[in-house]
Amino acid sequence: MAATGRKVSLMAWYVARRVMQLIPVFLGATLLIYSLVFLLPGDPIQALGGERGLPPAVADQLRAHYNLDKPFIIQYLLYLKGLLSFDLGVSFSGREVSEIIASAFPTTFQLAIMALVIEAVFGVGVGLIAGMRKGGIFDATFLVVSLIVIAVPIFVIGFVVQFVFGVKLGWFPPTVGSDVTFYTLLAPAIVLGSVSFAYVLRLTRTTVAENLSADYVRTATAKGLARPRVVRVHVLRNSLIPVVTFLGVDLGALMGGAVVTEGIFNVPGIGNALYTAIKAQDSPSVVSIVTVLVIVFLIANLLVDLLYAVLDPRIRYA
Amino acid sequence: MKIQRFAGVTAVIAAGALALTACSSSSDDEGSTSTDGETTASGPSTGIVSVNGNEPQNPLVPANTNEVGGGLLLDLTFSGLQYYDAEGGAHLEVAESIESDDAQNWTIKIKDGWTFSDGTPVTASSFVDAWNWGALLSNATLSSYFFESIEGFSYEEESELKGQGLEVVDDSTFTVKLKAPEADFPLRLGYSAYFPLPESFYDDPDAFGEAPIGNGPYLLDTWTHDAEAKLVPNPDYSGDRTPQNGGVDVKFYQTQDAAYNDLLAGQLDVITAVPDSAFATYQDELGDRAVNQPSAVFQSFTIPETVPHFEGEEGKLRRQAISHAVNREEITDVIFDGTRTPASDFTSPVIDGWSDSIPGSDVLEFDEQKAKDLWAQADEMSPYEGTFTLAYNADGGHQAWVDATTNSIKNVLGIEAEGKPYPAFAEFRQDITDRKMDGAFRTGWQADYPALNNFLAPLYKTGAGSNDGDYSSEEFDGLIDQGAAADSVEDANKFFQQAQEVLFEDLPAIPTWYSNVTGGSAETVENVEFGWNSVPLLYEVTKN
Repeated sequence: MAATGRKVSLMAWYVARRVMQLIPVFLGATLLIYSLVFLLPGDPIQALGGERGLPPAVADQLRAHYNLDKPFIIQYLLYLKGLLSFDLGVSFSGREVSEIIASAFPTTFQLAIMALVIEAVFGVGVGLIAGMRKGGIFDATFLVVSLIVIAVPIFVIGFVVQFVFGVKLGWFPPTVGSDVTFYTLLAPAIVLGSVSFAYVLRLTRTTVAENLSADYVRTATAKGLARPRVVRVHVLRNSLIPVVTFLGVDLGALMGGAVVTEGIFNVPGIGNALYTAIKAQDSPSVVSIVTVLVIVFLIANLLVDLLYAVLDPRIRYA
Repeated sequence: MKIQRFAGVTAVIAAGALALTACSSSSDDEGSTSTDGETTASGPSTGIVSVNGNEPQNPLVPANTNEVGGGLLLDLTFSGLQYYDAEGGAHLEVAESIESDDAQNWTIKIKDGWTFSDGTPVTASSFVDAWNWGALLSNATLSSYFFESIEGFSYEEESELKGQGLEVVDDSTFTVKLKAPEADFPLRLGYSAYFPLPESFYDDPDAFGEAPIGNGPYLLDTWTHDAEAKLVPNPDYSGDRTPQNGGVDVKFYQTQDAAYNDLLAGQLDVITAVPDSAFATYQDELGDRAVNQPSAVFQSFTIPETVPHFEGEEGKLRRQAISHAVNREEITDVIFDGTRTPASDFTSPVIDGWSDSIPGSDVLEFDEQKAKDLWAQADEMSPYEGTFTLAYNADGGHQAWVDATTNSIKNVLGIEAEGKPYPAFAEFRQDITDRKMDGAFRTGWQADYPALNNFLAPLYKTGAGSNDGDYSSEEFDGLIDQGAAADSVEDANKFFQQAQEVLFEDLPAIPTWYSNVTGGSAETVENVEFGWNSVPLLYEVTKN
């Protein structure tokens, strides 16, 4: 009892420490991103006027309104001040940045989770079979498949899937738009997860093949355990550690990296919002969106580290 | 002479055929004394038409909307004093009359019976107060320059137009005093910046921008940000643009490719712009449902006087030589698959008064020998050295034509010529504004309202806001002023054509081509006609 209690409090301390680490990371990330957007060449206010530009008097007014007339560090501090009162600022389009994130984020999150599940289930499943039948037809086939998927850029995969299955065969709607459902997100999720699927597959296959010849697997088989149990408990569980690490990091990458896929399938998600904001050099929006992505990335990593302890009893956070 | 626009012509024929059947069916009805609701409603169809669009970049306030995404929605949900037909002709909508004796003092009367969707009447004050708000410096509206020709307008200090250039006479009459005569003033009054606003707007402009209250053919029913806006017919609408369908769904797309694929898959009825990637194939894929016609977009490149060897008489010769050295036919054909029309003047074929035979326009013809001769003449004054550069923003799909153009110049004139890319439009635009361009740069212009002068005065008049090359010609300025003060638009256009003769001599910008409207529709809809401003007249589209 006492040992368990101590373990829990140690665990809590570990989690608290990790959460505390988010603060400096957060400050560093926002400062860095803010300065990068600031350093982008060109005047975002003039660009609002299109080819014609804006009359200087109007441009000056707008610049003052968005604090763009102040030195960089003041702009950044004003942004942080807003953050403390949970005010992420207003985008050039007049919408609250918090509202933009709140409406776009759930869509991207759903898309990323679907892609993650697809790549995890198929990647681990296929990888396991390929690893157990190393050198067979199945293994060779999926070696080729995964190499092709990794080698072909994602926008090519996206366009091909959209055109063949969406336009020609009509299995999926070619775009998502306002109609965000499991069904409409399926095609973009498959495309988004395809590259990582190949990595998960390669990773699982290699570790499974390696673990199959490990001493403890031979022991488990020798002591008469059924084959399915050996594979499930001894081979798969140990093989999953690197895969889980990869998937954790990948969740962050899937959310941030959805820009291309969201563009092709017209998904009204965070990638679309980010792309629009970068094009307009809309600092408050860009910084807030990227910061949210950074935090998601950090939390996913924290979860992965905690999962290690579950998968591998030898790892303890004390 | 006006270019015969194939798609436009077929659309008109189709409309005529519809009108004929409507007539015959109604006479049949009379004969059989049928009062069936179905047949009497033979005009409007009930289907909801879907069209691609963009999330508006600004709140939906008329004076703050200067881009296509918001413009499409505003034009359907508001009615101004005038509206434009497909050919760019202006017709009175809310206005009863727009009159002036001297082209400077205008009296505008509005029709009775117009209301906003909140039930309040549209009065003279609805216009005067809206314009006054849009022009105020402290409101910093993106379209404030539309009011700059009205007496009392100022970029220096807070100045109310109301009481100076704008006066309300009674509920249905107001007067406008311009700073100088402008014969084509009424032509611009269909543009969104001049739309009226209800009184509730001034209480909370931000809230209004999210849910505008208009007086147009449609009402904004729902607006899901970044996804779509649904418009339903306005039952109280009493103008000429009566909706012929059950509503319009504007779906927002991040890329034209996605929209085009939706059209092919039957998920979208009308597409307003075809992606570059489909230029070569879309006319085959859509057949007679494809649209490819010139629009009110004029493209050019500008060589400022400040560039070495391009000043004075020498510069004039060199500009003419370069103009002769660009093979416009070949570039529009090969690079753009025929989705651009080689330029023959400084305006656009969709504008009333356009001509392809203004004296001096032969400078736009590809002629290697003439180009070489003119260049040699200039070289006698001072031999050319260095590289000719043509700057452009690389984020706008300009690289291909810039490379082709500079190659054309290089091959004909035997000089070094190359493109100079800027990564982003904002940066490109800033160097132009700051006058940092040390070579030629790409320039373009889309008209806000269908008038010849809208392509001329804002771009080439001494000190004008968009005179990026700092061109200055007393002769040109004088002709523009004369045109502005003319009695009628026809008389005015004669002066504007003469002003263009001056431009052909000096070439403050070298015209290249007019951008075409590239669009199309699915088999689900009929009667799709594109307007002068490249936007389909969506209220005319029928769908069952």
